[in-house]
Amino acid sequence: MAAIKTDELVKRYTEVTAVNGVSLEIPEGEVFGLLGPNGAGKTTLISILATLVKPTSGTALVAGHDINLRPLEVRRNIGIVFQEPSVDDLLTARENLFLHSMLYGMPRREIDPKIDKMLALVNLSDRADSFVKTFSGGMRRRLEIARGLIHGPRILFLDEPTLGLDPASRKSVWEHIRELKEAHRTTIILTTHYMEEADSLADRIGIINKGKIIELDTPSALKNKVGQDLVFLKGEINVEALKALPFVNSVEPENGHYKIGITNSGANLQALLNSGGRISEVEVRRVTLDDVFLKFAGQQIGTDAEEHAESIFERIAANKTIRK
Amino acid sequence: MRMLNLNAIYALLLREAKIYFREKERIISILISPLLFLFVMGKGMASGRSPAPGYTYQQFIFPGIVAMVMLFTSITYGLYIIWDKRLDFLKEVLAAPISRATLFVGKALGGMLGTIIETLLLLIIGALFILPLGPVKILLCMAAAFPISYMITNIGLSIGAAMKSMEGFGLVMNFLTWPLFFFSGALFDMGAAAPYIKVISLFDPVTYSVDLLRIIMLDKGTFPVWADLGAIAVFCLITTIIGVISFGRLQQEK
Repeated sequence: MAAIKTDELVKRYTEVTAVNGVSLEIPEGEVFGLLGPNGAGKTTLISILATLVKPTSGTALVAGHDINLRPLEVRRNIGIVFQEPSVDDLLTARENLFLHSMLYGMPRREIDPKIDKMLALVNLSDRADSFVKTFSGGMRRRLEIARGLIHGPRILFLDEPTLGLDPASRKSVWEHIRELKEAHRTTIILTTHYMEEADSLADRIGIINKGKIIELDTPSALKNKVGQDLVFLKGEINVEALKALPFVNSVEPENGHYKIGITNSGANLQALLNSGGRISEVEVRRVTLDDVFLKFAGQQIGTDAEEHAESIFERIAANKTIRK
Repeated sequence: MRMLNLNAIYALLLREAKIYFREKERIISILISPLLFLFVMGKGMASGRSPAPGYTYQQFIFPGIVAMVMLFTSITYGLYIIWDKRLDFLKEVLAAPISRATLFVGKALGGMLGTIIETLLLLIIGALFILPLGPVKILLCMAAAFPISYMITNIGLSIGAAMKSMEGFGLVMNFLTWPLFFFSGALFDMGAAAPYIKVISLFDPVTYSVDLLRIIMLDKGTFPVWADLGAIAVFCLITTIIGVISFGRLQQEK
């Protein structure tokens, strides 16, 4: 059974359409990465699935319950770690977890042992009775992850779990997420705008831009759509000859050089350079999700802007007809 | 009982209690202005005639000052929900599988707890230095503190839920809290007041609170006991309805 199944979810605010017709199916046990720039609609989508925001139209089944009809049932089966910190500064780590456990209706006698277990999981056992206001950003995040998991949710939402963390804390949060996936088979929905994060954690990635999922695939498949490697060439480049080569996926001009996506650079680089023309500079690197994102979202932004312009003219025309 | 989750209410109340006792400055600071009223203004105007025969002016205004503490503590607590919004505590609670009515009752009980402790402190100070009160009268005052603090906390919570930032705090204090206090007759005898004050005071929940406390402590009130209790009950009901509705509207601010 799918952990999450959405059907044409739309959320419209007065000014913007934050989520614009999202239909997704996420199987149980998957780590699903939702990747997009700021304002793409990631948080709104997660808020709808966590029943914090009501969709304008469309619906979704989360852990088998309809978000519109049975929000409290949905809430009992999910955990959520917010983008901004949401642990109570004025309480200790243990008290935060206790409050949460009670709110989620856990049986009283199970709560204390579970708190100890979760604190151990996120390496906070020695700080269990310290006030959260003395915690670093990374410790808070870990406490929030422990809190999101303590009631044994089937689905965990992580909204930008490493935003604002230093690299060391980020790595440690990643390890915890990997452990969760392996040890508990929890379905995890993760939003991020760090490509590296989505790449290293997610089974599948949905690229979201302007409220729409524009690409959805495994990280490696997404990267293959661009090419496995990128070659940057500078000089008098013979573009047509390059495009004719069977291993070349794309040739794009970029800031005075050419960006060429190819498969298997080890075997093919020599052939590429031979037919490339007079080359003055060469750089080769692996494709990252950054490149993927730029390819898909970059195109999309262009076409979207045109659509938008059209709709403005249409609206003006419509207004004029009404006034007549 | 599906609407109200008792375990969750207990947990919310426990949280409020812990925070309350951890912020000791707040417990003390909230008593400062009532004590100034009582000891400086009450004493300073002691030469003036007391509206209640057999009592000094300071003794006469003591029930009003107790009502003042209830009013200020409860409203301030209710408005503090704006802090909760900022501390992000609210975000966690709004995402929890509990009804808004549960959340509202938990917060309202938390407010009552603070008010009742402040009331007890002031009653002890008053009984020692101003107006001798027996244990029965103190107990009756404490019993009255429950519905009074409940209805006023509700008002504070309803306003706090609708407010966006702490900037509105001073506005509410100036345009709501002080008028509620001054029109209640806490500092004067309602029977001898100007007609327009009398009319406005009828709509002021604090009027009935002051009157009830005066009946308990001084055996002298403007209205009969049943009228005070009835009015307070009606205000409790109305403010509960408004409060639950305004909590229902509390949206996750993205």
